[in-house]
Amino acid sequence: MKSLEPGDKNKQQIVTKCKERINAMSDANVYAVKTMTSKEYFAPGHRACSGCGQAVAVRMVQKTLGRNVVMASATGCMEVVSSPFPQSSWQVPWIHVAFENAAAVASGIEAGLKALRRKGKIDGRKITVVAMAGDGGTADIGLQALSGALERGHDFLYVCYDNEAYMNTGVQRSSATPFGAATTTSPAGSVNSGQLTWKKNMMRITAAHDIPYAATASPSHPLDLVNKVKKGMEIEGPAYLHVLSPCPPGWGISAENSIQLARLAVETGIFPLYEIEEGKHRMTMSTDKLVPVEQYLKKQGRFRRLSPEMMEMIQERVRKEWQELKEKSDLSHGHRPITAENFLLRSPEGESEAEKIFRVKAGAPA
Amino acid sequence: MAKRAGMEVSIAAAEAVKQANVDVIAAYPITPQTHIVEKLSEFVADGQLDAEYVTVESEHSAMSVCIGSQASGARTFTSTSSQGLALMSELVPIASALRLPMVMLLVNRSLSGPLSIWNDHSDVMSIRDSGCIQMFVKNGQEVYDHVFIAYRIAEKQNVLLPVIINMDGFILSHTFEPVELMSSDELKGYVPPYEPKYTLHPDHPLTMGAYATPALYTEAKKAHDEVLKASYPSILEGWESWGQLSGRHYRPVEELFCQDADTIIVSMGSLSETAAEAVKLMRQQGQKVGLLELRLWRPFPFEEFSRAAAGAQRLVVMDRAVSSGGPGGPVASEIRSALYGIKNPPQVDSYIIGLGGRNVTIQDYVKMIEGEKTDLIPEANAASGSSYEIFGARG
Repeated sequence: MKSLEPGDKNKQQIVTKCKERINAMSDANVYAVKTMTSKEYFAPGHRACSGCGQAVAVRMVQKTLGRNVVMASATGCMEVVSSPFPQSSWQVPWIHVAFENAAAVASGIEAGLKALRRKGKIDGRKITVVAMAGDGGTADIGLQALSGALERGHDFLYVCYDNEAYMNTGVQRSSATPFGAATTTSPAGSVNSGQLTWKKNMMRITAAHDIPYAATASPSHPLDLVNKVKKGMEIEGPAYLHVLSPCPPGWGISAENSIQLARLAVETGIFPLYEIEEGKHRMTMSTDKLVPVEQYLKKQGRFRRLSPEMMEMIQERVRKEWQELKEKSDLSHGHRPITAENFLLRSPEGESEAEKIFRVKAGAPA
Repeated sequence: MAKRAGMEVSIAAAEAVKQANVDVIAAYPITPQTHIVEKLSEFVADGQLDAEYVTVESEHSAMSVCIGSQASGARTFTSTSSQGLALMSELVPIASALRLPMVMLLVNRSLSGPLSIWNDHSDVMSIRDSGCIQMFVKNGQEVYDHVFIAYRIAEKQNVLLPVIINMDGFILSHTFEPVELMSSDELKGYVPPYEPKYTLHPDHPLTMGAYATPALYTEAKKAHDEVLKASYPSILEGWESWGQLSGRHYRPVEELFCQDADTIIVSMGSLSETAAEAVKLMRQQGQKVGLLELRLWRPFPFEEFSRAAAGAQRLVVMDRAVSSGGPGGPVASEIRSALYGIKNPPQVDSYIIGLGGRNVTIQDYVKMIEGEKTDLIPEANAASGSSYEIFGARG
């Protein structure tokens, strides 16, 4: 790395500020990414958009999975950006078959490897089988194959990278698109402003299969994500991981803000980080105060036409769902229940912790 | 030693799959395929077959599981019918493009609608162009034999394509027939252990199913087409060595009295046996009639077919599917193409028969050979190259 010129005072100040921030946040998981392997299993040079939240998440997931893995990918953004014949970003065995069947292909791989191991045709070491798909490939067209694979109890990990619409085909709505978000098939018109349905809750659906492990994760919280991937790998039977994947072109955000948005989604309670292990809920990023949803929504082009009433509906829904989740989590782990009074965190500047970090990193005054 | 036993053809099929020592079976129940997969489940449950039986939630997932397991290096089997094939039809060309040598027993049944559980060939015609090797069998013994033949052909390093064996629903699947079963010792050398070259395993990472831009898609399709055509000698080898092993000999085109025949019936699948009876009857009456049974459907045996059919004045082609609004039944259309350009080609009459389980009798064949019209659509039965008749349909 090239060192800074002595005269470059402004840059030095930024670096110093950043270092201070890093030290101050040393216990926060955001920096644990440095402890990860330097090996890349999802090679650079792929064709994802700049700022692609999914590419960041995939890289971290693959680093955690390591080399002893077989991947089955659905059709979608990640398939397209990583596998234009004769190139491939995949340093591990990887197969793409179709859009709606990643879970079924993974089932076949798992069954095949199991039979071959039992018959002594391959060695006995455990190979992790992982299916990956987008929200459309999971919550819509791939839901049946996923349900079948979970019910049959294959020993595999299913990772849904949720960018909340059909981004690969040009931002059409899916059942995972949040209420109020404008897409090309749920446009903000003069009568309706964006998606009029609430986001399908894949965690409840997958957990209803009584699988041993289901969790949400976000690329803004790498340590949390890594831990969940590890759990999903190690647990015997099916595991489901739902990863939020901010999409700069689809969400109407700038490339450098995607991780900030992922963090805000967590801090507002819109995308709570939690896990359901053997039926027990546990919030892995728990807080008593939430950032108002407005701070997350107003930064995104897709929510530009959101009315104050809709904003209020979203806030109310988030509050209700957060509370329910918290209560479930409390029942399992004895946390303090949340009340309406202690619900929202409003810093004097109206700025969240995530925003502050990013402002500092971008070189603006703290 | 081989032993002869009376059994339901579906049971004979399952017995063969067991003897082929498959590693993974993925199937979804659909009439009339069910007896095959039920028996296989029994074999697995009784420990007679060491395989993973994946009880999928749809045929789409059945084929997806087969693709995954075959790609992991496991010998894989599936079976379906009709709507089941239609549901998996998205994936059948992908399985063949990925060069995965699985075997499918397709228990032929009509496509809906109206819904019909009975037999015709409309299901397989919908995946005609999927790039798989496709063959037809006409009795229980042929079903049993072809499971082994299919694995031997499919797994050859210069083939590596799925093989689809077509057996008629109910007419074969639910019928009891005498079948000669081979002993495992006899089969040993014929279907050697599956040793795939490319598999999904961390020791040798590879990418399967990369997408092709317009710069490469054409070449990928051409390569696939060429490998399917080039599989022909390997298919012949599969049949020839089976003949040496079992004494039962198969050809891409089976001929009966074709050499001096003026009129030749062209038939596929189980109806060939009825057609053979009709031909024998008419021969006794002094008519120069022959039967040409098309066993290999893909790759189409152009040379053998033309050679067998060239001497006739008229071909009466039996189709068991309608190509609505087209030039004739799918088989007849192919045959017209195959014969186009040869000197004095025979006239090709396209009869569509036996739809949705409608019985076809010896008398029906006699009528078709004699060129009897049904009166319902007389102009459609004219001796022209582009006509067809849905035989026996009531107004």
